Amino acid sequence: MKSKSLVSIEQCTKEDILRILDNARKFEENPNRKLLEGKVAATLFFEPSTRTRLSFETAVNRLGGRVIGFQDASTTSSSKGETLKDTILMVSNYVDLIIMRHYLEGAARYASEVTNIPIINAGDGANQHPSQTMLDLYSIRKTQGKLEDLTITMVGDLKYGRTVHSLIVGMSHFNPTFHFVAPDELKMPDEQKNFCDQHGIKYYEHSDFTEDIINQSDILYMTRVQRERFTDLEEYERVKNVYILKNSMLEGSRDNLRILHPLPRVNEIAYDVDDNPKAYYIQQARNGLFARQAIICEVLGIEI
Amino acid sequence: MSMIENNKELQVAAIENGTVIDHIPPHQLFKVAALLELDKMKNNTITIANNLPSNKFGSKGMIKISDKFFDDTEINRIALVAPNVILNVIRNYEVVEKKQVSLPDEIVGLVKCNNPKCITNNEPMQTRFEVVDREAGTLKCHYCERKVKKDDIVIE
Repeated sequence: MKSKSLVSIEQCTKEDILRILDNARKFEENPNRKLLEGKVAATLFFEPSTRTRLSFETAVNRLGGRVIGFQDASTTSSSKGETLKDTILMVSNYVDLIIMRHYLEGAARYASEVTNIPIINAGDGANQHPSQTMLDLYSIRKTQGKLEDLTITMVGDLKYGRTVHSLIVGMSHFNPTFHFVAPDELKMPDEQKNFCDQHGIKYYEHSDFTEDIINQSDILYMTRVQRERFTDLEEYERVKNVYILKNSMLEGSRDNLRILHPLPRVNEIAYDVDDNPKAYYIQQARNGLFARQAIICEVLGIEI
Repeated sequence: MSMIENNKELQVAAIENGTVIDHIPPHQLFKVAALLELDKMKNNTITIANNLPSNKFGSKGMIKISDKFFDDTEINRIALVAPNVILNVIRNYEVVEKKQVSLPDEIVGLVKCNNPKCITNNEPMQTRFEVVDREAGTLKCHYCERKVKKDDIVIE
């Protein structure tokens, strides 16, 4: 990688991605490797995110490292007005690695510029969340046996969903075909469509979520349509049940189809889908552990 | 424009040494003055003229600053708001150089990010923007990655 910090998936070349995914597979085979013995990692969560924090802390623990940190900035000096720079520099005195989540966009990049300690961005506002993308890529590769030439259907909030935007960037090295299924108010933004055009990536936009689209897909990536994203609440009421996946819609789908979701899910995947072997969102979250172990070793330059 | 006409125009407030910034769009004149931090100059004679007739643009603004020579990073700031200005470098009453401004690849500490949730609006630090589209004048925040179109650019 260009930097020893992981701030954004865009900094990763195809080779970087494949190397990290190869290493993640080794961690899936054996997650308990004492590669961080004697090392301390900080998990600085300026906004709470239990799922991501537990996944990273488990990753450090299973690698034999130790963790310090906080899970809510209200108990730290930043609530007294300390700058992010000072907090990062103070913590840099103690640790070998900083894993941080922040409600402000660009916080992780700024942190990576003020310290020599590697930073892993565990989410900066609506901006970047590269470990999520890495675990999505890992889940796709694992379930499909490859990353090349896949058809990926993204459903729901494609306007604000940072996971789908980053996944487009991550998949751009592997000749994907995308279907974007969203209500008009939450359509994929021009910026991402321009990115696809520039990279020769095929994409199709739909406002109806139909079995015909599902039946062409290798991956169905569901996201949540949130009420607060709508300016027109009548529009929300009209579309809120349109982008719900039900088990009956999967009858004609490909055998290799897998359903992903960054979680938490609310009602966009009906509970009757959970027992379908094509439902993969819970295992997907488990893969986050292995992807994060691989990312931690990558930024610390540890060979596996 | 012939040399005679040129001299006649400069006679108005001819300066011996310094810089004449010409062809400033009238509505951007005071932004240009702010970008060049003219308000902080204490020892230079400054003449500001606006809504002058211009063959090319209909009307224009002009700024003359005595005993001041800008370096490229200083003058390229102007490109953000007035990409067509001409800088005349004056030495001993003669125009010795005409410079055009060009937008740099990166703009540090000048433009405010329009995203209230950007770290740069919440931390004592300099902003950094990459110029992603030179023709359209589109900038991208180095931190929050939000794009700013030319007309939405806010100077800090």
